[in-house]
Amino acid sequence: MLDPELLELAPAAPRRSGVRRLVRQWTFMVPAAVIAVLLVVSLFPSVFAGIFGNGDPRVCDLYRSAGNPTAGHPFGFDTQGCDVYANVVYGARSSIVVGLTATAISVSIALILGVIAGFFGGGFDQVVSRLTDIFLGFPFILGAVVVLNSVGSRNALSVSVVLGIFGWPTMARLVRGSVRSVAGLDYVLAATTMGLSRLRIITRYVLPNAISPVLIFATISIGVVIVAESTLTYLGVGLAPPAISWGLQIAAGSRHFQTSPHMLLYPSIFLAITVLCVIVFGEGLRAAFDPRRHQ
Amino acid sequence: MGAGLGLALRIGRRVGTLAIVFLGVTFIIYIAVYALPGDPIRALAGDRPLDESIVEALRVKYNLDLPIWQQYLAYLGGLFHGDLGSDFTGRSVGSLMASRWPVTIALALTAWVMEVLVGLSIGIVQALKKGTALDHGLLALTVLASCVPVFVLGVLLQQLFGVRLGWLPVAGVRDGWPASYLLPAMVIALFGLSAVSRLMRGAMVDNLSADYVRAGRAKGFGQGRIVGVHVLRNSLIPASTYLATDLGYLLGGTVVIEGIFNLPGVGNLLFDAIRTHEGPTVVGVSTALILVFLVTSVLVDVIHVGLDPRLRRA
Repeated sequence: MLDPELLELAPAAPRRSGVRRLVRQWTFMVPAAVIAVLLVVSLFPSVFAGIFGNGDPRVCDLYRSAGNPTAGHPFGFDTQGCDVYANVVYGARSSIVVGLTATAISVSIALILGVIAGFFGGGFDQVVSRLTDIFLGFPFILGAVVVLNSVGSRNALSVSVVLGIFGWPTMARLVRGSVRSVAGLDYVLAATTMGLSRLRIITRYVLPNAISPVLIFATISIGVVIVAESTLTYLGVGLAPPAISWGLQIAAGSRHFQTSPHMLLYPSIFLAITVLCVIVFGEGLRAAFDPRRHQ
Repeated sequence: MGAGLGLALRIGRRVGTLAIVFLGVTFIIYIAVYALPGDPIRALAGDRPLDESIVEALRVKYNLDLPIWQQYLAYLGGLFHGDLGSDFTGRSVGSLMASRWPVTIALALTAWVMEVLVGLSIGIVQALKKGTALDHGLLALTVLASCVPVFVLGVLLQQLFGVRLGWLPVAGVRDGWPASYLLPAMVIALFGLSAVSRLMRGAMVDNLSADYVRAGRAKGFGQGRIVGVHVLRNSLIPASTYLATDLGYLLGGTVVIEGIFNLPGVGNLLFDAIRTHEGPTVVGVSTALILVFLVTSVLVDVIHVGLDPRLRRA
């Protein structure tokens, strides 16, 4: 009988060289640092919101409606007289929660369907591929608009689920492709001959070597989801008050842009920087782990 | 095998896929609207409470008393007759949209042409100046432009060019094409620039180091002829594939921009319907836009295959 140790000879995902290269690039490290800060901010918003002494986004003073930035309120006030800085800080959480949750849902669906299509092939592949075609048939956010329009309660969870349900097709294709290229390799054949269960082969030997392209794509997709959430919210089918989100702040701010631009500018800048960093970070990963660039 | 047969086969396969996708997409929309929790009849009534007898009558009228698959078939039958439902006042969504299509098509095409011209030019410049500050600067600008959400970009450019500088109309279509369309089209095009220019740059960089370029140089052809005739034509394929599918997205994806710039197109109808909670109109218009996207992508694909003989073999 074959020695199980032999299986450890399975090709490892190309990790080391890529990481070392990445750490040396500021175009990767700066976005990575910004994302790390944003994650900490969204975990502990109260700490960061309180820096200027007015950390509660729900403490509002209508006398200061749409007021300009002053001491203690560096970003000014919104129409309700709430501190824009505190709201922007708390808004990071909505964007990041929706971005991560929706992408996690997309990746899970993509992994399950992609493995089924790529590993089992045949009829499974046909069904999954047609399902993928169908979901690719929904342009950008229109599918989400239709579904969210008929969902009664719109909150971070329902918006994430809907965006997740429409976000998986491209990733499923990626998984299917890489699973197919791995499934025919010798070490998978060796595992099969050894009589390992299919589940074990998939989880231990196929997925680890097929997962990096989809995870890299998923990183970029977090940025796309954050934009989609804010667009849906702006349109009026995304998050709704009393939720605190950049999309809501931008929607409110764009109505008063001429008189009080600060209400639109600050949440927009934070949203744009977040998306930019997530996408550049993802692109950096892609460039570092793209096998074609190693040649 | 003749090229004509290959083309016919590919078109046939594409139309077959379209039929499956069409059934799937409409079924998902149908499920989303009528089978998800939430009562379409109550939604139809808006905020006012309805009498039970009226609810019953409406249930029968909209086939809600039938099993779900029969309901779907009835809905599909309606779609084939151009019936996209009606709004709260009883006007059909189809007729509401009819007069608005020209605006949306004009906007999408203007944006698309801008994306083609500017995106390809940027990609070409980047490829020719590969590795210079100009190359990196253009990359940074296009990526940045694609990360700012369209509704932020829309409001900012509206203020800059419309209100502050007064060069272009702020909103509406009173000034007709092109003046009223330039600004909104620019916002839409800015978003797509990064993808187009990146594809063009990549393909051109690859092609510039290809053997046929060296052969051309060896034969003594000038840089202008090599780049302008051979490299350019061979490099257009990846970007044109993207641009082809993008046209379909543009036709369906102008919702936010039409709303911001108050252009009376189909997207604006959807924008308003969402804000006024006109549920049936939202569904009808979205369905129409999704179907237009599907049909456009197939049409564009067929044209694309017609133009590029190599795709026929696939």
